Amino acid sequence: MAIRDKLSGNEAVAVAMRQINPDVVAAFPITPSTEVPQYFSSFVSNGLVDTEFVAVESEHSAMSACIGAQAAGARTMTATSANGMALMWEMLYIAASCRLPIVMSLVTRALSGPINIHNDHSDAMGARDSGWIQLFGESNQEAYDNVIMAVRIGEHKDVQLPVMNCYDGFITSHAVENIELLEDEKVKAFVGEYKPQHYLLNKDEAIAIGPLDIPSYYFEHKRSQAQGMRNAKKVILEVAEEFEKLTGRKYGLFEEYKMDDAERAIVVLGSTAGTAKFVVDQLRAQGEKVGLVKIRVFRPFPAEELAEALSHCKAIAVMDKSDGFNGKGAPVFNEVRSALYDVENKPAIINYIYGLGGRDVRSTDIEKVYSDLAQIVQTGKAEDPYRYLGVVDANDIDVAAEAAATRE
Amino acid sequence: MSNMVEIRWHGRGGQGAKTASLLLAEAAFDTGKYVQGFPEYGPERMGAPITAYNRVSDEKITIHSNIYEPDYVVVVDETLVDVVDVTAGLKKEGAILINTSKSPEEIRKKLKGYQGKVYTIDAREISMATLGRYFPNTPMLGAVVKVSGLMEEDTFLKSMEKSFHHKFASKPHVIEPNMQAVKRAWTEVKSA
Repeated sequence: MAIRDKLSGNEAVAVAMRQINPDVVAAFPITPSTEVPQYFSSFVSNGLVDTEFVAVESEHSAMSACIGAQAAGARTMTATSANGMALMWEMLYIAASCRLPIVMSLVTRALSGPINIHNDHSDAMGARDSGWIQLFGESNQEAYDNVIMAVRIGEHKDVQLPVMNCYDGFITSHAVENIELLEDEKVKAFVGEYKPQHYLLNKDEAIAIGPLDIPSYYFEHKRSQAQGMRNAKKVILEVAEEFEKLTGRKYGLFEEYKMDDAERAIVVLGSTAGTAKFVVDQLRAQGEKVGLVKIRVFRPFPAEELAEALSHCKAIAVMDKSDGFNGKGAPVFNEVRSALYDVENKPAIINYIYGLGGRDVRSTDIEKVYSDLAQIVQTGKAEDPYRYLGVVDANDIDVAAEAAATRE
Repeated sequence: MSNMVEIRWHGRGGQGAKTASLLLAEAAFDTGKYVQGFPEYGPERMGAPITAYNRVSDEKITIHSNIYEPDYVVVVDETLVDVVDVTAGLKKEGAILINTSKSPEEIRKKLKGYQGKVYTIDAREISMATLGRYFPNTPMLGAVVKVSGLMEEDTFLKSMEKSFHHKFASKPHVIEPNMQAVKRAWTEVKSA
């Protein structure tokens, strides 16, 4: 019997961490992720977990401590946001290349500058090729479920990679909503005991983790790391299947919402998918053939599966909550577009950069996207695929006044 | 989702609008509803205008934007009526509830021709009389639950009592005064 509760996303993730009872948590506070280690440290103080909580002096040290602990053989977790993760950068790659299944909740936030504490995906997208598995949750429920599944995914012998549990800062992390929690013992049974094959504190096997790798071996190690990421897709689906048996909640590489006969589709990550579902329902009620694909697993990227799911559409809008700064489209767009390269009768595809630095995403914004797609279907033309949604035009003379009006 | 009720709170930092929105979410949750309670985070500081939101529905809520066309607006600080467009997007079938000693007729003059119902409650007087200090959020919470008809008085009061016992576990002497504030607000809210 599931436990009906109402929690913020951060509280839900902290509760999941309490139920998992990791061996080590090392963290440094940064908005909007601070509550995760804050709640968790109270569980430590109150004796609800027997985790070693390491209060470090920076995020670089937080990830370094996680790497040391996980390499020693401890199940290790942390949480951070934006510039906090930016300071971990060097260590993110080392965690992945050492094949250490650390689980980190990334409460997504705009990366400075300008300084901004609000939500977008520029932090997560910047780390997309650091070798971490990346899961994106839409709601507090998904943030909770994903952090539990992340443990099993990362620790699987065919994967052995760190996992990022990404969910939207403030929108998901701080809003209180309904949630169904699992009983403590069910979570404990699901994640099981951590039994690493190789670890530093094993007296029977003297090994080194992360030493100098000369040209004769480095390439092979990177190839093996890449294979772990490839293997992850299958493991993610297996873990999801087991999780569904436990909870009734179904997870895949992505979620297809009313896609069966959809002619127009939006591809999106995170909380905006919820707002888009609300709009899809309204448009469907008016007989419009619209659908939604919410990417849950961004790393490894489910290219073939997405191509299959989107191939029957006439026009697609890929929504990016970060800009790419390559002058030619943002990360999710470029990857989805590339995934469609081998599809016959390619759908028209456009990109919207949206919601940067916490700009609220209204249902009317999503309506505009579907209406733009309708025009593309009608005219057969998708001019200027690299677009912005909800931004005040910088060429407008009244930019300051309009920006002020938007803030109202 | 025609049964979804959306509420927007206007307050000033330190007056507890955020807490009130979370308490309302909790109370509605206790009646079996789906809820959302969230503030709009900004440069938070004492006295600055802040906004918080509630959604309450019989069905799962997926929308995650702020609220632009609320059914109800709660103004925790009367002075905000002059500086914030408090009735922006407010449905005319809905209502606005304002913390003021003025009558609903009098305060309506400041509401830019808003056609819907206007309710007032003197949360300052109630708060000072029951709590001895100015915490307007508790009376405002009692008043808005009555005005919106979200739940029956008994159900609401039971939920509040439970919340206060939890929230004020370390200072139980303030539980009863807070209950008094909620009950008085329930009976004293005025409409026009």
